[in-house]
Amino acid sequence: MSGAAPERQDRRGRKPRASLGTPEGDDIFGAFDTGIIRRFFRYVGPHRRIFVGAQVAAVASAAAQVSIPLLIGRAVGAVVKHDVARFQASLVGLALAAAAYVAAFYLAEWLTQRLAQRVIFDIRRAMFAHFQDVSLSFMDKTHVGRIMARLQGDVNSLQDFLESTTGTVGDIVVLIGIAVVLLGLDVRLGLLTLAMLPVLVAIRAVWLPYSKAAFRKARDASSTANSALAENINGVRTVQETRREQLNFELYAEKAQENFRAQVGAAWMSGIMTPTVDFLTGLAMAIVIIVGGNAVLAGRLEVGVMVAFVLYVQRFFDPVRMLSMQYTIMQRAMAGGYRIFEVLDVPVAIKDKPDAVALEDFEPTVEFRNVTFGYDPARPILHDISFKVNPREVVALVGPTGSGKTSIIALAHRFYEVDQGAVLVGGIDVRDVTLDSLGRRIAMVLQEPFLFTGTIEENIRYNTLSAARQDIVAAAQAVSAHDFIMRLPDGYDTRLGQRGRNISVGQRQLISFARALVADPQILILDEATANIDSFTEQAVQKALKVLFAGRTCMVIAHRLGTIRDADRIIVLQQGRILEQGGHDQLMRAGGLYHHLYTSAHASFDDQVVAQTGDAEFATRT
Amino acid sequence: MSDSPPPARGASPSESPTVDVTAMPSVLARIAGLALRYPGRVALITATSLLAAVASLTLPRLFGRAVDQATHLLAGGAAQADAARAALLVSAGLVIAATSARGLLGMASAYHSEYLSQKVARDLRIAFFQHLQMLSFGFHDRVHSGDLITRGMLDLEGARTFIQGTMQPALALLLLLAFAVWMMVSTEPAMALIGLAFVPVAGVAMARMGFRLRVTWLRVQQMMSALTLTMEENLQGIRVVRAFAGRGFELGKFDAASNAVLTFQYKRITLRARGVAVMQSSFHVSLIVLLWYGGRRVLAGQMTVGRLTEFLTYMTLLQSPIRQIAIIFNSMARATSGGARVFEVLDLEPQIADAPNARPLVAPKGVLRFEHVDFHYDPRGRQVLSDVSFEVMPGRTLGIVGPPGSGKSTIANLIPRFYDVSAGRITIDGQDVRAVTLASLREYVGLVQQEAFLFDTSVGHNLAYGDPWAEDARIEGAARTAQIHDHIAQLPRTYETRVGERGVALSGGQRQRMSIARGVVPGPGVMIFDDSTAAIDAVTERKVREALARATETKATVIIAHRLSSLMHADEILMLDEGRVVERGTHAELVARGGTYAELYELQSRSDAGAVLDEAVVAEAGA
Repeated sequence: MSGAAPERQDRRGRKPRASLGTPEGDDIFGAFDTGIIRRFFRYVGPHRRIFVGAQVAAVASAAAQVSIPLLIGRAVGAVVKHDVARFQASLVGLALAAAAYVAAFYLAEWLTQRLAQRVIFDIRRAMFAHFQDVSLSFMDKTHVGRIMARLQGDVNSLQDFLESTTGTVGDIVVLIGIAVVLLGLDVRLGLLTLAMLPVLVAIRAVWLPYSKAAFRKARDASSTANSALAENINGVRTVQETRREQLNFELYAEKAQENFRAQVGAAWMSGIMTPTVDFLTGLAMAIVIIVGGNAVLAGRLEVGVMVAFVLYVQRFFDPVRMLSMQYTIMQRAMAGGYRIFEVLDVPVAIKDKPDAVALEDFEPTVEFRNVTFGYDPARPILHDISFKVNPREVVALVGPTGSGKTSIIALAHRFYEVDQGAVLVGGIDVRDVTLDSLGRRIAMVLQEPFLFTGTIEENIRYNTLSAARQDIVAAAQAVSAHDFIMRLPDGYDTRLGQRGRNISVGQRQLISFARALVADPQILILDEATANIDSFTEQAVQKALKVLFAGRTCMVIAHRLGTIRDADRIIVLQQGRILEQGGHDQLMRAGGLYHHLYTSAHASFDDQVVAQTGDAEFATRT
Repeated sequence: MSDSPPPARGASPSESPTVDVTAMPSVLARIAGLALRYPGRVALITATSLLAAVASLTLPRLFGRAVDQATHLLAGGAAQADAARAALLVSAGLVIAATSARGLLGMASAYHSEYLSQKVARDLRIAFFQHLQMLSFGFHDRVHSGDLITRGMLDLEGARTFIQGTMQPALALLLLLAFAVWMMVSTEPAMALIGLAFVPVAGVAMARMGFRLRVTWLRVQQMMSALTLTMEENLQGIRVVRAFAGRGFELGKFDAASNAVLTFQYKRITLRARGVAVMQSSFHVSLIVLLWYGGRRVLAGQMTVGRLTEFLTYMTLLQSPIRQIAIIFNSMARATSGGARVFEVLDLEPQIADAPNARPLVAPKGVLRFEHVDFHYDPRGRQVLSDVSFEVMPGRTLGIVGPPGSGKSTIANLIPRFYDVSAGRITIDGQDVRAVTLASLREYVGLVQQEAFLFDTSVGHNLAYGDPWAEDARIEGAARTAQIHDHIAQLPRTYETRVGERGVALSGGQRQRMSIARGVVPGPGVMIFDDSTAAIDAVTERKVREALARATETKATVIIAHRLSSLMHADEILMLDEGRVVERGTHAELVARGGTYAELYELQSRSDAGAVLDEAVVAEAGA
């Protein structure tokens, strides 16, 4: 590090081309919206009785809470007047009130918080289930991290809100109760002390926007610092390779300092309320002492009442503070709720028709009839595509990026809906069959093999729960994955790390093949991986593909020459239209785009050989 | 690292959801030690807490006095009215002064402890960040990045809250309690005993609750992260889920994970409600008994009403600080587990660091030599490299080929000293890489890895990563060398275009070309390409290689590949198997020898089945 520093000094004149960390953008406070509240409470509906019970308990506990200082005041008053009977009665009343308070409080808290958790889980489940149904184009457009933020952060912002509902009811009851009691005890003194409340409310109203701004700034600063940390940890190898430690350290130290300043700023804003409330409390108490004392002197007020006032004054700012906090909590829940319902309102474009049939006993064909399709209907990706894949035929789709290959295989699985024309599987329009049966008949192997956390066996089985251990092993053997699996520490029980990082790309691919084989579909759709894997695994993959293709109707987006040549038919696409189709030899003879693509990928290797060894004979041999 | 998966990514060291009580004193003392680096601030917090407690506790006395004044007034009649009124005014003034003082001092104490805690957090954050950058690849292979991020965010925050969630409130509480006890005991010992009886009961209940809540919370978090994983994987693998009609299956997984969280949430809620109930019951019992006993004493004429009011007020004042004991213990437990996890990382010695007498690398020529190098990741594990020796002269190219796991990438990672050799040595112009400074070594050695990690920033920032002060021309030149300039030029904002998270917007081949360009920008003296052209199609790769050859004319170059066409032009080729050099020579020699290399060559040249159509190139061809 020391070596790099002086050099940096020299170049200080210019700003380095470097940055670290980005904040998240979501707004955290939303405006009050009865629509959102109403929708929240739709999830509370099924648990109506618990909800009502909790509210009743909250009101009861608030009432008991208000009565306690009153009873203490009465007891003190009785003492002053040497009224033993009243003193004892007040004590009994106090004991009952206290008992009622504790019991009701316990019940209210317990019920509300459990209910809040239940509702949160119901909402989260509804969202999660919805993500299983919404169209893939929505999922494509939306970053997983953002969806997770909604499932976690936004849903959790509801927790505070839902847990505070009984608190809100309780605080309102307490506030009204205290006001009623104070006014009932002594109107003049009551009015004077209660005059502090609007003052506090007004001060808070002025303070709140500043406080929120400081809070928001603190949150942004902390998320920036955290994202900088995460970025550096994820890229630590690159950081060390490129000796960026010193510069990144300086960049991060700046972020950490900014975060420090923002946090302290927020602390200042929230701290400032403490002396304000205390000062107002002191003022109210002083009023009680002066005005109350004089009233006692004038014989207009009992000492007990004055004591009760003193006790009340100490607590009546609490509900105001709590209510104001709950207002903020509610605003955050509004922002969260808005985003949650935004998700739940994404229409489900693809669903079973009421009279959808299950796909059973069918001829495994896939047919595109004059299909026009675009993710944005105004800009079609596919134009009037027609072709048919016959039973047990292997068709390779070839073409440049954006030619529509991926859209074709997605449509065959009804991931999207066609704009015009129809896709037929087994002669039936895919829109007329159930999605579940379609999924069980057509298996899909994706370009980037996706593995779940869990054991190898669980990954191969996935949702074919009927597959026994020996079926799994047989599938693995068929795709030449068995040997490497057995070499892993726990064989089939080896747990895969994050996204299967502990095995190579090629091996991950073989496992995804085995998964498709276990599902044993009549139709297989495969998007071949582009990643170049070592020759040894490559051989295994090529062999495995033959096993997978055997006896199935297949559509393959092919990237490897070997796979393309092995196909029964090759469909060459360009800009959403079929340019040419036929067998390898036929297309080579035709000398079109396929010929050009094939030779450009193929010839390069031989050119090398010729250039290096001068072995012209070798080049012609292949 | 494609061909040598790191030795089993073990679970991170401390994952069990408990709070290690035995570690508590040392961890907490260490956090406190960090705070004590700012003694002025600590003294300020102590002083303000002390004064706030004093101000707070004068209130009950003032009230008592006011009540007594009022009652005396009642008893004394009109004669003393003026004096009494004056006394009331004084009391009222004192109350305002006391509450204002309490508020201001309380705020000052809370604010400064927040300030101090944020300062300590900033120090810890920076230290953590810096330390992670220093820890070697061996460490990062073992520990999951998500785990480190959690430590740097949540655990560090946990350690921070100890200062402002435990130290300051505990101090304030102790001072308040001490004063209260003293003031109460010194006036009415029996009353004090009754009034304070609830403190130990409630205190213990709150402490237990706080601690247990923490443990339950850790369980909730654990269950929650399992749920998060389930949801995240579902979303990331949504195409697999849809392709296999796995909706029901996935919802089943979700429900199982979700219910596990709910169970512990319910447990947490019950714990909390119970703790609070115990606290409130004991408080009210104390209060009622105090009122009963005190009332009788007043009735018996042994005590004034004012004193009774004073005691009742003491109790109300103590109620909320006692409730804070739960928060104190919770944050203590949190700080213990969080702090332990942060310190665990901070205490790791970087295995790869500058030797005490390390000098900057001086490499006028740039000859790279491996002398009988052995290597293993783990002394008990298998030998990854055995007796590997070679020499690469400036302007020369060494090719390394071999099956997965044969140790190719390990060789690449040993040269910039991401790991240290177990035996033998690596030298550049005769200087052992362990004897020179890491900064100078890594500046001199350029390594381009297979898995190109791109940062979530602009293309230009990514290319200039190794030299952020590089002139535009140099960056563009590097991009041209890597055959990526034309593509970048087509991007919406050319070099200012944001790459997108982890480079999703670029194809595999384009990302590799980006990473090659990034490696070229600083102009290193030794270039290593670790399978860094695997996803690039053959035509482009040849262009890249030709351009690179011009750029690295005078430099030692090491190319690791499994595609022989990438390295057959090398001056020497090593064939590795299980960490040993099994064959070496030029391409022609090796082919002539008829060994493994020749076999591989035969396999690759006879079958082009593995040749890849790079989408981007196909697009260019199609256009």
